[in-house]
Order: sequence, then structure tokens, then C-alpha cells
Amino acid sequence: MAKTNYESVVVLTPVLSEKMMQEAVLSFEKLITENGGELIHKENWGLTKMAYPIQKKTTGFYQIFEFAAEPDAEIVDKLELAYRRDEQVLRYLCIKLDKHAVKYNERRRNGEFNKAKKADAPAAAKPTAPVAEAKVSPVTKDEEA
Amino acid sequence: MAKRKRYKRTPIVRPKKYCRFKKSGIKYIDYKNPDFLMPFINEQGKLLPRRITGTSLKYQRKVAVAVKRCRHIALLPYVADQMK
Repeated sequence: MAKTNYESVVVLTPVLSEKMMQEAVLSFEKLITENGGELIHKENWGLTKMAYPIQKKTTGFYQIFEFAAEPDAEIVDKLELAYRRDEQVLRYLCIKLDKHAVKYNERRRNGEFNKAKKADAPAAAKPTAPVAEAKVSPVTKDEEA
Repeated sequence: MAKRKRYKRTPIVRPKKYCRFKKSGIKYIDYKNPDFLMPFINEQGKLLPRRITGTSLKYQRKVAVAVKRCRHIALLPYVADQMK
């Protein structure tokens, strides 16, 4: 069966240290890949201010995963169970992406929107920049030749 | 029989409303971007009706879902006194 794209947003407590937060993120990543999911994109917003307090906390670590998986694998169920069991998780949201959303996320990842660029500057800007340069340079060389 | 007096109403000329998603070809509304959703909510954080924003029904539904998701992950408030 064709794979479906999912997106998951997790808000982790601000009490965690940077290292602990990354460990938690890694464990969720592992859960996705071990259950046959294919991690397409991940994004960390770092400590972000929330619009209202949750469990008396006004900030949280935002982590976004985008992954493709078989709908039969029940990967979302497993992931949500892990979120619910984990006390570090303040909020989570798992959604199925439709074809427009998949396209939109692709464009966002490639930095076609200015706002998106600012948001994921530390995570996505570095990997995308060399790729873009690599693509441009051969063309210009050919033109010169 | 007395003839009833008829008043002619002068029509108020307003610019025609349009659906901004149809006009600019936006197919997916990102719930992770609260700034984008701001024009569709009032200062209390409530969803604005279609008759004010001019959004078509198809996209109003998507806006509503996006705002609700955005509230859930605490990027937009459920209730607010003054947002803007």
C-alpha cells in the first residue's frame, strides 16, 4: 500500500536541559524509524513562548517530525502512546497530511517562504545552503565554457 | 386609498469581497504559523465569520481547522482579552 505522510508536533517541558531534550527527541525518532516509518524532516524550534500556560509553564521546546509510513503499521498509535506515557511531553499533535500539505512542506523546507526561513534557520538553513550552491555552480561553469 | 410613500434606498458601495485563498492559489493552510492566521480571528482570539473575511466556504473550513490545531499546540490562545 502507498505510504501516507504524517506530521507530529510535540511540546516538551522547559525544565529539561538541552541534552535531555535532545535525548527525548531521539527516542521518539527511534520509535518512528524502528516501526518502519521513514523520517522525512525534523525541526526544532527550541524554547518557544506559548500562548497560554500549560501545567504552569509558559514556554516549551517545540519539535516537529514529518514522516511517511504505512497506515497499517499503526505507527501513530504507538507514537501517541509514547507521548502520553512520557511526563516530559506537555502537548502533542499528530496529523495526516494531504497532498497539498506535502507539497507545502516541501516548499517550506526548501526555504521558499521568508517566514519559514527564520523559523528553522538553525536546523534547515545549513543543509540546504550547500545543496543550492552545488546546483548553481555547474550551470554557471557550463555557460562560461 | 392613500398612496404609501416609497423611499428609495441609496446603495452603499463597498469593494467586492473575495476569497484570498482562491485569489492567491493557496491550497494548504499551515497551522504552525500563527501570524498567518491572525487576519481570521478577532482580538479575543475567536474565529471571524466568513461574511467579514470573505473567505469561501471550502477554505473557511480549512481555516477553522488550522486555528483549532494552532490553539491546541499553544501557538494561539483559546481566550484572550487583547491580542492585537
